[in-house]
Amino acid sequence: MATAVRTLGAEALRAVETLGCFGLFLVISLWGIVKPPYKLMPVVRQIRFIGAHSLFVIMFTGLFSGMVLGLQGYYTLSKFGSVGFLGGAVSLSLLRELGPVLAALMVIGRAGSAMCAEVGIMRNSEQIDALECMAIDPVEYLIVPKLLAGILVMPLLTSIFDVIGIFGGYLIGGKLFGVSAGSYFQGMYSSVGWQDVEMGLVKSLVFGLLLVWICTAKGFYLHRERGGGFGAEGVSRTTTGAVVLASVSVLVWDYLISAIML
Amino acid sequence: MEQDDPREIVIELEGVEKSFGTQKVLEDVSLQVRAGTTTVIVGASGQGKSVILKHMLGLMLPDAGTVRVFGHDLARCSKQTLREIRQSFGVLFQNVALFDSMTIYDNVALPLRERTRHSEKEIRQTVEEKLAMMGLEGHGEKFPAQVSGGMQKRVGLARALVLNPKVVFFDEPTTGLDVSKSNEIYRLFFETQARLNYTAVIVSHDVPKIFKLSDYVALMANRRLQGCMPPEAFQLSDNPLIRGFVLETMGPIYSSETEESLLYETL
Repeated sequence: MATAVRTLGAEALRAVETLGCFGLFLVISLWGIVKPPYKLMPVVRQIRFIGAHSLFVIMFTGLFSGMVLGLQGYYTLSKFGSVGFLGGAVSLSLLRELGPVLAALMVIGRAGSAMCAEVGIMRNSEQIDALECMAIDPVEYLIVPKLLAGILVMPLLTSIFDVIGIFGGYLIGGKLFGVSAGSYFQGMYSSVGWQDVEMGLVKSLVFGLLLVWICTAKGFYLHRERGGGFGAEGVSRTTTGAVVLASVSVLVWDYLISAIML
Repeated sequence: MEQDDPREIVIELEGVEKSFGTQKVLEDVSLQVRAGTTTVIVGASGQGKSVILKHMLGLMLPDAGTVRVFGHDLARCSKQTLREIRQSFGVLFQNVALFDSMTIYDNVALPLRERTRHSEKEIRQTVEEKLAMMGLEGHGEKFPAQVSGGMQKRVGLARALVLNPKVVFFDEPTTGLDVSKSNEIYRLFFETQARLNYTAVIVSHDVPKIFKLSDYVALMANRRLQGCMPPEAFQLSDNPLIRGFVLETMGPIYSSETEESLLYETL
């Protein structure tokens, strides 16, 4: 019994400590964004890595998400004889929900995992200690450009995802099933309001922050992981954990933001 | 002896204790490192030599006791002060800890780019000078993984010295290198210290070679630092742990009585 209580206590302390570390890490990183000196090139490099290199995946998934929405939407709406609403249905689903969530999940898979592994390996091979010993703040040097790039890039990637998705929906609804372009785009025009676009943008901003924060923090605190996070296996385990945690957090925050903004 | 040395104390450990979980690694460790000297900490692997170094660097904080660098208590000083202290440090890590996704040139240039306002032209000049000093001309564009272990150590040394530090820490500088490569590192250490006049703290088990370079030697054994004395005194010390270590690593000290009597018996 005493052992069980001790284990429970140790686990609770550990959880609080980890939460504290992660929270503090976010505050220091955000402070790093606002505080000078501002260095442009590292941010540009990260925008290239998180944004430009994810472009193809985002366009590809955007296209197919729009196409499947067009397909399913047409099938469902045709049962009620209201295929005229297809444009509205596809664009609303994409702008409010699927665009930000799917784009974030894709970026987590592509860039988030890489960021976690990169920072984790640097922690494991004492490169982060080396930075500290050189009086270079590792959060400022490694994390701040990634976080800023994530916040800047996610709304752009989400917008690209949405636009391509809407055209994907039209490709299926319009070209395959014969819904006229006028009815598809007029349906979209009349049903989509600024608040829908706004919700998508807010979500994408939050997801950008969330995914970079979680993935880099997991790598940065690799040595605090259960079992020490040592070696290649430690890095791979932590990276998997980071991807799962970031993806789950995106879905939870998706619900929270929807509930707040509706 | 160390206490009588008139030179300024740069680093001072006083009653430092450290445990990892239930395992006590350091117990009442006290040490003074004086300006311009070379202090060597020897001892068997796993005795906590690197842990002492990490305390001096402020990467670990002691459970009890104090670590003072340039008079500042590292556990109590602000982040800004710690950063200022570290600006006069150079570190050669045990596994070198080069940034493996950067070229050798960028590795050496990083402290200059991040900590000074020098132009790229000035940085290039300094980096090339340091690379030449280490015999690494023409290797700047290679990545650390593309060069040998000995060269990686030299790159690490170039990076550690690029800002002309006041104190340089060496964690097992010759581990994993053959005799000639080790000698090369020692030669570079000797040359650069003569030129830059830095204080050196070396953690090593390369005995007796390391004695030639040192002003003070301390032995880490049984969680404590045993003595900190000039190498000659260290080799003749009465402390049973030091005596045992010297005998184990250097063999018995030559004594004509015992050696020659054995010789006569075999004849």
